[in-house]
Amino acid sequence: MFGLNRRDTRFLLIVIALTLLTPFILQPFPEGSALAQFNAGYPDLMQRIAIFGIFAIGFNILFGLTGYLSFGHAAFLGVGSYAVVWMYKLLDYNVLPGLVLAIVTSGLFALAIGYLSLRRSGIYFSILTLAFAQMSFNLAYSVLTPITNGETGLQVYTSDPQILLGENEPNVPHLFGLAMNESYKLELGGWVFTFNVGYYFTAVIAILAFYLSLRIFRSPFGMMLRAVKSNQTRLHYTGVNPRPYTLAAFVISGMYAGLAGGLLAAMDPLAGAERMQWTESGAVVIMTILGGAGTLMGPVLGAGFIKYLEKIFSKINENILEGWFAFLPEGMREVVVWVLSRFTGEGWALTLGLMFMLVVIFLPGGLMEGGRRIAALFRRRPETGKDDSAPGGAPAE
Amino acid sequence: MGILEVKNVNKHFGGLHALKDVNLSVQENSLHAIIGPNGAGKSTLLNVLVGKLVPDTGSVMFDGQSVLGRKPHEINQMGIARVFQTPEIFGDLSVLENVLIPCFAKRDGAFRMHAFETVENEAGLREHAEEVLADVNMLDKRHHSAASLSRGDKRRLEMAMCLVQNPRLLLLDEPTAGMARANTNRTIDLLKDIHARRDITMVIIEHDMHVVFSLAQRITVLAQGTPLVEDTPENIKGHPKVKEAYLGETQQV
Repeated sequence: MFGLNRRDTRFLLIVIALTLLTPFILQPFPEGSALAQFNAGYPDLMQRIAIFGIFAIGFNILFGLTGYLSFGHAAFLGVGSYAVVWMYKLLDYNVLPGLVLAIVTSGLFALAIGYLSLRRSGIYFSILTLAFAQMSFNLAYSVLTPITNGETGLQVYTSDPQILLGENEPNVPHLFGLAMNESYKLELGGWVFTFNVGYYFTAVIAILAFYLSLRIFRSPFGMMLRAVKSNQTRLHYTGVNPRPYTLAAFVISGMYAGLAGGLLAAMDPLAGAERMQWTESGAVVIMTILGGAGTLMGPVLGAGFIKYLEKIFSKINENILEGWFAFLPEGMREVVVWVLSRFTGEGWALTLGLMFMLVVIFLPGGLMEGGRRIAALFRRRPETGKDDSAPGGAPAE
Repeated sequence: MGILEVKNVNKHFGGLHALKDVNLSVQENSLHAIIGPNGAGKSTLLNVLVGKLVPDTGSVMFDGQSVLGRKPHEINQMGIARVFQTPEIFGDLSVLENVLIPCFAKRDGAFRMHAFETVENEAGLREHAEEVLADVNMLDKRHHSAASLSRGDKRRLEMAMCLVQNPRLLLLDEPTAGMARANTNRTIDLLKDIHARRDITMVIIEHDMHVVFSLAQRITVLAQGTPLVEDTPENIKGHPKVKEAYLGETQQV
């Protein structure tokens, strides 16, 4: 089905089911319970996870397949956001024209930056992309103020033309009248599940983005990209010119980033230069590596993991910690709370940093490799003795 | 007119005159060896043939067309394949994928974006790839990761990657370097077999006299960047100039 073999079709269907059921899956604890603060089933967070999932899926097509590590993908994220807000300003709050423009402009932008950066490889390529992204950030922040509204950020004003704006049209981002911020709450026993238009819109796009990446992974094009990562010398002497392949991968991943940036502006009709900062570029690198570069699900997993950590850990402040450790004697409690509060609240990045270090050192293949190792532990026992029959199984020697 | 015509090629590296007025004519479907002591310019000559180096003067014609100024991938597309001294393969990919990539390169040229097709569905190319893998006795290892292969298997895989493109000219850079005698003999048999069954011209650069005299139909002896003699193996064996060039080196003739 969908041009995929049976295994991939099943894989895709599982991903679709998980994505559509996310409002349930991320809401495992009943409302009002002590663990409710670990729930993540609210629209803003779910949408962010889906958006950064798209960003990371695209980044993975470049980094995971070709091995070219770009440190400048935030530039395309920003371009996407600006494109969408401009469409709000000129046309109306319908998100669709903006998203199309976001993909097109970020693609053109990626073509220009990629064409120049891909003249070098390795660390020089990374530095070039970083330089271009920081240039874009500075342009957006100051020089191009007429287009980007500088440090205030681009937003919609009542004086904007909005030529397509209808009478009864919602005054927030919407899809043909369906407002993005509309939600339906379902109460089941003690649980509250929220179904949000914006989330489901993003989720459908994320599924399409994932499907596209799956097709690329299985295509001759994807195989060539893996060959680029593996051995460019051989590729040259095999009659293949690696440059257009890497450029195509760069542009595709740039378009994914532009789409993600556009969706951020569909969540919240704002676009600021800070979205082009190198920290955002770094975040997508960390997401991809944490989840597992070169794997299909890894980047999504990494994006979800980091966004969850960011939201949940940053919520845990000293008061909450005091509540948790109320049973400890006074002196000890203060010490424990003091230590743990370094890693939570504003210090959540410290936890992330530690986790990243642990993963890179002990699981170079990311969370996906962790999952595979656990799965292998469970699978080993029933299968002993027939290892050789597995297709593509353990290599000889 | 040979399929490969090298005329008056000169190459300098700074003060070093690496190739001096090299003339070479390789006949179609022959097995031509280039031998010579270390530093004779064998590798430089090979790099000129595949487009890695551009000579200072002279011309290199393949099948009536100049290869000079073309990039390695363009030269490959003309029908010249190359086996390296240390096998250059795609270590992260499976053996079958390693052979499929040259198939796609041959069919689609230097760049084509097949992002919506599936590798699995390319039954024709797959069949062809598996045939060639069977030719080099690697079919049972097609699902192994290429990096996990032994050194000898890596060489055979690289050979398969070249042969799958049906090149008209195959350049081999010391294909038996570092091999034990038994493996060397197996490689010699493999090369003989390939040459007998295909319309293919082979140019082999080799140090090992045993390999050269078992395989070659013509031999060019290169010394200090200049071809000394070109002749049949029988005549090369006793040639005084060759002995002179190799003086001081261990003789296996």
